[in-house]
Amino acid sequence: MKQLIQKLTETFSPSGFESAIREVIKQEVQPLADEVRVDALGNLIVRKGAKAKNGKRIMLAAHMDEIGLMVSHIDENGFIRFSSIGGIRTGGLLSGRVQFTNGTQGLIGVERDLFAVKSPTFSQYYIDVGATSAKNCPVKIGDVAAFKRPFLELGQRLVAKSMDDRIGCVVLIEALRALKTSPHELYFVFTTQEEVGPRGAATSAFGIDPEIGLAVDVTLTGDTPKSKYMAISLGKGPAVKIKDTGMLADQHIVEWMCSTAEKKRIPYQREVLDGGSTDAMAIQMTRSGVLAGCLSVPCRYVHTPSEMVDYEDVQNSVKLLVALISAPVNL
Amino acid sequence: MTEILPFLKELISAPGLSGYEDPAANIIADKWRPLVHEISRGTLGSLQGLRRGTGKEPRPSVMIATHMDAIGLMVTGITDGFLRITRVGGVDVRVLPGTPVNVYATGAGATVIGASRAATSTGEPNVRLPLPGVVAQPSAQLLPEDARDGPVALEHLFIDTGLLPQKVSELVRVGDLVSFAQPPAQLSGETLTGHSLDNRASVAALTVCLEELQARPHVWDVWAVATSQEEVGAIGAAGSAYQLRPTIAIVVDVTFAKGPGASDWSTSPLGKVPTIVIGPNIHPALHKSMKELADKLEIPYTLEYTPSHSGTDGWATQVAAEGIPTLVIGLPLRYMHTAVELVALKDIQRAGRLLAEFIAKLEPDFMDKIVWDK
Amino acid sequence: MPTIGNAQLKLLEKLCNACAVSGDEGEVRSIVMEEIKDHTDEVRLDAVGNVLATKKGSGKSPSTSLRTSQSHLRVMLTAHMDEVGFMLVADDGEGLFRFETVGGMDVRQLPGKAVVVGREHVPGVIGARPIHLTTAEERKQKISLDALRIDIGPGTTKVKPGDWATFATRFQRSGPSVLAKALDDRLGVATLIELIKHAPPEIDLLAAFTVQEEIGLRGSRVAAYTFNPDIGIALDSTPANDLPDWEGEENITYNTKLGLGPAIYVADGSTISDPRLVRWLAETGTASKIPYQFRQPGGGGTDAGAIHKTRGGIPSISVSVPHRYTHSAISIARIDDWKNTLSLLQAALANLSPDLLATERA
Repeated sequence: MKQLIQKLTETFSPSGFESAIREVIKQEVQPLADEVRVDALGNLIVRKGAKAKNGKRIMLAAHMDEIGLMVSHIDENGFIRFSSIGGIRTGGLLSGRVQFTNGTQGLIGVERDLFAVKSPTFSQYYIDVGATSAKNCPVKIGDVAAFKRPFLELGQRLVAKSMDDRIGCVVLIEALRALKTSPHELYFVFTTQEEVGPRGAATSAFGIDPEIGLAVDVTLTGDTPKSKYMAISLGKGPAVKIKDTGMLADQHIVEWMCSTAEKKRIPYQREVLDGGSTDAMAIQMTRSGVLAGCLSVPCRYVHTPSEMVDYEDVQNSVKLLVALISAPVNL
Repeated sequence: MTEILPFLKELISAPGLSGYEDPAANIIADKWRPLVHEISRGTLGSLQGLRRGTGKEPRPSVMIATHMDAIGLMVTGITDGFLRITRVGGVDVRVLPGTPVNVYATGAGATVIGASRAATSTGEPNVRLPLPGVVAQPSAQLLPEDARDGPVALEHLFIDTGLLPQKVSELVRVGDLVSFAQPPAQLSGETLTGHSLDNRASVAALTVCLEELQARPHVWDVWAVATSQEEVGAIGAAGSAYQLRPTIAIVVDVTFAKGPGASDWSTSPLGKVPTIVIGPNIHPALHKSMKELADKLEIPYTLEYTPSHSGTDGWATQVAAEGIPTLVIGLPLRYMHTAVELVALKDIQRAGRLLAEFIAKLEPDFMDKIVWDK
Repeated sequence: MPTIGNAQLKLLEKLCNACAVSGDEGEVRSIVMEEIKDHTDEVRLDAVGNVLATKKGSGKSPSTSLRTSQSHLRVMLTAHMDEVGFMLVADDGEGLFRFETVGGMDVRQLPGKAVVVGREHVPGVIGARPIHLTTAEERKQKISLDALRIDIGPGTTKVKPGDWATFATRFQRSGPSVLAKALDDRLGVATLIELIKHAPPEIDLLAAFTVQEEIGLRGSRVAAYTFNPDIGIALDSTPANDLPDWEGEENITYNTKLGLGPAIYVADGSTISDPRLVRWLAETGTASKIPYQFRQPGGGGTDAGAIHKTRGGIPSISVSVPHRYTHSAISIARIDDWKNTLSLLQAALANLSPDLLATERA
């Protein structure tokens, strides 16, 4: 699984431009799927199984897009100004390495003296790709880039950019691989444009019209020095989301997830997130409404170039997801 | 004194935070069951009651939406037996310190006082004995420098139940709900105060309307909907509107009554009800019809202006599917989103009766007669 | 072949002088209905006041692929009828009315302006304290909305709270430019009217003149659900912030520039355009020698923001005529930019085949 995590996190696909990651994931899921299709917004939809008498139509969603930068201007000396795709933290920009989807690499510089006390504003940053004029710059307005960082193993802890939400994509792929039988009609959806919306989840959910929707995404932790309070830590198991800023998970879905984890003796944590939401928010609001929830992988340093998860948490996330979708659902 | 009072008092004494409306839904369902032909719960929890009209099929339908969810708090963690909290819906942190609350604990050790009545078989919600508590504001030295003088942010407030930490860990879990504990009270001038009058007062008005309709024939179908999750984004109303696809939607919600700190153009007096809203959220023909009816019946209403967002379920119903012509009417309420909201009981009665009158007078060809521009 | 001549400029003048604040689009709606009624297969008003018009394609579809060779592409084009403005909310007596803004407006654009109120365009003003009565301290602060009033003059009975109002600006030409209010989005409305009158036979044209774009893309959301098109194109008008920088440095946040032609959107705050549509428009411009520019990515939104997320997802893009001084009393645009926008759209729609959507979205 670690190699798969590395492969996915080292692909460059910011929101709206997911073709590269879609190809990578398609290779993985094609041999495992009953049906694979791509919809109008680029969502990759994998169907597995048919609905038995006691089964349901269940949509699982992990977003394959990542946050990134889009070129907004190239000045006469070849320096590139950019706007953000998704929630980019200004504080994490300086000296970042980036790679454009056309392969061009660069670094992020800033207008002011690097050692100035006052923190620069977003518009004072620029990307330097080594060009010397607008004419010999290998990128143009509208081109997109993501952070470039190699995958790193630190014992049980894994670090990479775009753990949010390639780790969710891995959990979906591995669950699909490990699944033996299920009474349900399952849709494993690798969604687009979550970081700017969610957008892909809304349209793919409309197309599928599921009875139950479960997002698999990262959530924050409260276990680093002087962090904002949160009762979630790395290494204590996947989290069952009860509430975040965008939605209240359906109470029966929460109950179903917690009791399944308890029955299978999978460690889990109860999650209330203050800040951020997931594809589940969009799925819940589809058509007449969908019973929705979210299985969260705890993650430190979300939306920075070095996001960290615990490998055992990831394995337990896969275990929990397989347990959930293998058995009939009584809500 | 109005007969709606016992129902309303019972309703605002029950919890029913956004997303967890079962306790309120069950009380409303019991009350509505004899007044409607069918009753059910929407996928996202809205309670939907259908009163069939007398017209030939296919009959047009009017959906009356009043949200039943209330704002409150949720436990995000436990530190040394003190509960950490976040808000569910728009809670003003400044009204919290010293407020009595009820913690609906669901931990393994919490007491269960039996299964509750369910409107339909959506599961078996257990009613737990609430733990009394108070919202605690730590003394200044226990807060960061820049947080000592002004209102204390939610992340620094706790709930103290008076129980010892060991007991708290057995009883309380992350995700448990907390509501205001203020019991209802009648004040002078036939007014009622308590929490969750936003928007259970409107649910009461809709109930009055359903009672009136027992004796009034109506051509159109009536969907009485107690919506869920309005306080966190009109979620239930969006789902119900999409599912039921009514011909028109009328939303009844509380609005800002004139009172201390609330006296400008966006406020309305108690006693001159309902407010009839004008703005982009409202279909001009529906506004006109309601206003003309109120004029004809000599009802002392108020006009309410909403230059864009109406702040109600109507914002969602108007743009559901292919669009649903929407009207919003308001019940003035003081001290909205505090534990001591205040309404006038006669206002509830009047709004309910006007709604019934409007429904009874809806003609089969009402929609065909709508003209956008002269 | 559609073109921008005197008739089109007269129509634009009529549209810009009309008053249609979000939620009160009737005056523009009436003009639109009058203009298009003889040029459509079907036209109706929906539950929120949108004008929905269809013009079916004729002749063979230009598809070259077997997979998509049947029927024409259903292309939804939108232009929003509403403008930002004001609603009167309280009568203070003596002809003075409190008002609120509708849609995003910079309050610094308001003092000392003439307005018109209601369907009868009753004239009024937003005054300001005489400078003689102000202090230096006071002049350092913005005049807040609370302190402003619309003055109709004492003894009026024609105006009441609930009425809408707009700036009183009358359309003018000046050399290569037009000066008017509500160029956002009467330019789009006028363009869509021309496209309907000269509807390209290669597509099924689904036109939506939408309401309430300025307060949340509300009309287009409903229209897109109803039409369920194959492609969505929002015709809007976007800011050109192309004035000189105060330090004489290069202006790098211009958004668009006047004179460089129609602005094609790659991404704004509401939509990441479908890259297939970006390529299609850009290649058409290059091949037909029509100048165009790319709007800088960043904030803002158009009807495409609602359209692309509707139902199962609709590939969408926005195209705008640039204008300066958005959401204020007087905006300025170049007639040539408008001309080139219309030309680009006409050329692109004529060479739009279902093959475009046969490849996966990038």
